[in-house]
Amino acid sequence: MKPEVMRDILIEEIYQRMKGNDKIFFLSADFGSPALDQLREDFPDRFINVGIAEQNLISVAAGLGLEGYTVFAYAIAPFLTMRSFEQIRISLALMAQTREVNVNLIGVGAGLSYDVTGPTHHCLEDIALMRLLPNVSVVSPSDASFMSDIATYAISNNKPCYIRLDGKALPRLYPPENQPLFNDGFSSLRRGKKICLVSTGYMTHVALQVADALSKEGCLVGLVDLFLLKDLNTSKLKSELSTYDILVSMEEGFIWRGGLDSLVASLTLSSKTPKPVYPLGFNDAYIFEVGDRKHLHEVAGLSVDRIIEQIKTLDGQ
Amino acid sequence: MAETSRINILANKSAELRLSVLEMVAAAKKGHIGGAYSCLDILVTLYYGGILRYDPADPFWPLRDRFILSKGHSGSALFAVLADLGFFDSSELARYCCNGSILGGHPDRKVPGIEADTGSLGHGLGIGAGMALAAKMDGADYRVFVLVGDGECNEGSVWEALVFAASHQLSNLTLIVDRNRQCVLDFTEDCAPLDPLGERLASFGWEVEEVDGHSFQELLTAFEPKPSSARPRAIVANTIKGKGVSFMEKVLKWHHSVPNAEELVIARAELAAKMPAQ
Repeated sequence: MKPEVMRDILIEEIYQRMKGNDKIFFLSADFGSPALDQLREDFPDRFINVGIAEQNLISVAAGLGLEGYTVFAYAIAPFLTMRSFEQIRISLALMAQTREVNVNLIGVGAGLSYDVTGPTHHCLEDIALMRLLPNVSVVSPSDASFMSDIATYAISNNKPCYIRLDGKALPRLYPPENQPLFNDGFSSLRRGKKICLVSTGYMTHVALQVADALSKEGCLVGLVDLFLLKDLNTSKLKSELSTYDILVSMEEGFIWRGGLDSLVASLTLSSKTPKPVYPLGFNDAYIFEVGDRKHLHEVAGLSVDRIIEQIKTLDGQ
Repeated sequence: MAETSRINILANKSAELRLSVLEMVAAAKKGHIGGAYSCLDILVTLYYGGILRYDPADPFWPLRDRFILSKGHSGSALFAVLADLGFFDSSELARYCCNGSILGGHPDRKVPGIEADTGSLGHGLGIGAGMALAAKMDGADYRVFVLVGDGECNEGSVWEALVFAASHQLSNLTLIVDRNRQCVLDFTEDCAPLDPLGERLASFGWEVEEVDGHSFQELLTAFEPKPSSARPRAIVANTIKGKGVSFMEKVLKWHHSVPNAEELVIARAELAAKMPAQ
């Protein structure tokens, strides 16, 4: 199957649901997608381009949400989550505690999706920021096969949700006959001994290459793809991780700053048998290096080969 | 004569509620009394002048008009109004900012009658625009009123919402600016000037009216629905911060000062003098 851009598939799923549900709005902060054209044409009243105004995007979405509408608010991920952080905090997270506000944020450009576009467009803080907020769920899928589940989840869970999408076309990791249970929030893509990689989004594609390369050398590492970063089945995940000795988190985010590594660490710390967590991600600095994603990963020590070396070192300890 | 009597009722209610706010702030030793007093006549006109449609027994009655106090620091004034109307028991006012009270320093929606959690400035107008849009989509005839402070208009998000509301012809949305010309440290024109505010709002596509924010007659006229317009309406209400207590009026420190015992006696006397004879 050829690589797919997740946003196009998700928008198509939302479009189909808008046909049968006239209480759904789709708001964009002047951000497009080929799939959006049809939605726009068929629902001129319920698609609104609010302009380059992320703060107002959230406030208007909140007002519609308070009046009973389900809203999708769509923008470039770093601008959506960081320009309008306080609107998300107050008008979504805080208000959702006392009354239903079904506003779902679709942020496109997770991690280094916008590689050459530069550090203003890199999105390395959003997992930490969004999972910090009470009453907000966070979804970080690794491929397009989740989009139907995500649309259903977002519409039916009646609370704010941040949907973190990669901007690049990616191949599917899950064949239709082997689709994981969305509400579990994770899937074991590979089972191994001693070491388990725990990744999210694009990094699951990298992790899979690492795991398969190591497997050829006789080193079996586990791989858990985490796609629901809040409201996931933590007891099931704890049980899965308890079979390993070392956990390696892999994310396109700053390390030890509240992102995936922190999530995995807090999970294992609260289990009966805590395991060490080895974090892979970016150090505490923005990336001014110009280049594509592969190049930026190499510079940051996150190439497949470099990760394999580190895993081998961990395995030998 | 009937109109004179209506105005008198509003004036009396306003005097009574100013005293309530004074006692709340004095007892709690907290609160933003200056801004509460600058907007109190606006609130009284909306709630007692037959402008807003509401039901204290059913705060989220679907057909109610929506009122958002975007300048949430004036919550004490709105709490006094809502308690007086029976949205919740008036005894709660004495517990304003006390441990376990439903009434904190800023409005939130656990308080019956509050539409939006405010306190951080610049959020209310966008939310109100979303509500007004929802009303249009639903074919509902409720109106949405958002009261902002003039200092609040320094927030860029207010102007994003102004653009949005005008472009979507949200004629069911009314913005009220409490133009008391003061923020915390300074007079507005001395730090981040807003004049000519009315012209600026009009240039954003709003139908603008400037009124004396302490004239019930002018406020009543301004708040009446104008069904012919396709534009959202902005009412710049020229007000006096600390209105009603001589030593608080137009004095910067009364943004959030609390009267001491001596000041409290004077303030009570001045406000009581405006109450109708018993």
